[in-house]
Amino acid sequence: MVVNDNDTVLRVKNIYKDFHLPHEQSKSLKSILLHLFTSKNKEVDLQHALSNVSFEVKKGEFFGILGRNGSGKSTLLKLLAEIYQPTKGSVEHTGKLVPFIELGVGFNPELTGRENVYLNGALLGFSEKEVDEKYEDIVKFAELEDFMDQKLKNYSSGMQVRLAFSVATRAEADILLVDEVLAVGDADFQRKCYDFFRSLKKNNKTVIFVSHDMSAVREFCDRAILIEASKLVSEGAADKIATEYSRLFLDVDDVTNGGEAQTNERWGDRRISFTKVKIKGSKNLTDSSASVRFSAEFKANKDVDSIVTGSSIMNSAGEEICGTNTEHQRIKIEKLQKGQTVTMHWEYPNIFPDGEYQINVSLHGSNSEQMADWWEGAARFRVRREEKAPFIVQPNIKLSVEREN
Amino acid sequence: MVPSMWSKYRDKYRYSLILLRELVITEFKLRYQGSLLGYLWSLLRPLFLFVILYVVFVYFLKVGHDVPHWPVAMLLGIVLWNFFAEVTNVGITSIVNRGDVIRKINFPKYVIVLASSMSALINLLINLVVIIIFMIIDHVSLSWTILLAPLLIAELLLFALGIAFFLSAVFVKLRDVNYIWEIIMQGLFYGSIVIYPVTMVLERGKNIAEFLLLNPVAQTIQDLRYSLISHSMPTLASISGKLWLTIIPIGIALIVFVFGARYFKKHSPFFAEEV
Repeated sequence: MVVNDNDTVLRVKNIYKDFHLPHEQSKSLKSILLHLFTSKNKEVDLQHALSNVSFEVKKGEFFGILGRNGSGKSTLLKLLAEIYQPTKGSVEHTGKLVPFIELGVGFNPELTGRENVYLNGALLGFSEKEVDEKYEDIVKFAELEDFMDQKLKNYSSGMQVRLAFSVATRAEADILLVDEVLAVGDADFQRKCYDFFRSLKKNNKTVIFVSHDMSAVREFCDRAILIEASKLVSEGAADKIATEYSRLFLDVDDVTNGGEAQTNERWGDRRISFTKVKIKGSKNLTDSSASVRFSAEFKANKDVDSIVTGSSIMNSAGEEICGTNTEHQRIKIEKLQKGQTVTMHWEYPNIFPDGEYQINVSLHGSNSEQMADWWEGAARFRVRREEKAPFIVQPNIKLSVEREN
Repeated sequence: MVPSMWSKYRDKYRYSLILLRELVITEFKLRYQGSLLGYLWSLLRPLFLFVILYVVFVYFLKVGHDVPHWPVAMLLGIVLWNFFAEVTNVGITSIVNRGDVIRKINFPKYVIVLASSMSALINLLINLVVIIIFMIIDHVSLSWTILLAPLLIAELLLFALGIAFFLSAVFVKLRDVNYIWEIIMQGLFYGSIVIYPVTMVLERGKNIAEFLLLNPVAQTIQDLRYSLISHSMPTLASISGKLWLTIIPIGIALIVFVFGARYFKKHSPFFAEEV
């Protein structure tokens, strides 16, 4: 684990990671014996989780790792934390590296809060004496002064997270591996998390940050890499990489459907199908944008008695925020002849927090039966806001103060 | 930025020690949690087993009447056997039981196996206190050979640890191991001269006794009876008349330990994906 360059604190060199996926879990003696007598060659699927990834992180950098779910991002994180061993290549780092992948590692429900602090602390490398010194601080930060001698199983999940986070933030590391998944929980806890990330940045800590949230990446990271389909596809300034990440979703924007591009995100029997989904006006919404408007054109490929069409808006976490369809709105579309086209005009009020969104559209029979065309991510748009609020929706909330003298 | 090998070594060692300490404390706290008598059970369990075996073997079957201090010697054997059984049985499943932690953070895995053996060792020491009380009641006279006891316990610990290291690593891949080990342990219990005196075997033949005593468990139990309770206890050395023969069980214990530890070390980097 020797890294030569003075500035470089972490170096990943041409790493590959393969996983063996046995067809059948052969974990009992019987199956192993059967294997011995039936076939010599075990049927094994080799899954390439990462191939030929190299990058370096310099001291004091806030370094982002971006990638969609299933891109190999989590595997990379586990390789950096030395939880996994690379199949080929090497990971080297200097100083103490603390993984911040999951909170409360080793927490035991049968132990008291106090005992868990010491156990969790030990896993993070603190001696009992060192935990003694930080103990007051940890308890105060977690706001659990009155509960430390109770068993953890009597804590609410919020209390457990607070305690775990409080211990973890005391870790004195040279390199921190932070998974943004940490910032789950209520708004107050999220704020604490982001405050902590900010303090790391201010103190010039070396941080490796994994996130789906491009506004967070843009705010914190200096540099970033993008992992896509097990490969490192680009590396550079965080802003640039964040844009590139968003483009992974935006790529299919304004695609008119001529061919038979059937993907996982699009399916149905196509007795009637979308031909064009287009955002009207700017794809970049701001605080002053009142709404996002788009049109969805579809064409009957055979005579259709009646059809229901709907749409929904999905955020980058994959949550469908809102949506509706013609059935709910009591709009009837009936008796379409083969070749006939129909255009729907949609308008959603701008209730969306800062982030990237995709539009899903659908065509189906009544009661969502017999999907004709389900198209996820038919179009994309982006929202930029001054106020970054940790909520699912951010409608225009009015408030006023009335004071009595 | 090349950290000296020494400081790296020390840091790594330091982490292991911190973890070991905390894991031993936790395991000890958790063991008898919620039970009324708590730690007393680690004394009561072998004592009750002793009472049962005493009634069956000594009182009814008249085993060991010709052996001085046999009841105490039998209790010592039971306590040592329990120690061996605890280190191996708890050790085998220890890695899999800590799977959730292994999947989330990187740390020296051997600490887990070591921690479970340390709580067994603490148990043994508590039990030895009871033995000493029985020895005083039974008017056992102590000799200088008591100084050999720590070495013999260390030998037994190394042997048990070697097995625990090897089997815990195999158990990650093959879950039948603990059942196989259970069966081996049942055979080993009767083969390790725990609940009957060696003199009973000697009646059948010197060779059988010698063969049984090549097993490090039997050898350490018998040598500990010799060193703590009475020099009239037959040992491998006294039966064969060759002191050097004792090197064989000691050698077996060491080889098993080195092999087990190396096997464990080779496989431990992959526990996180396999567990």
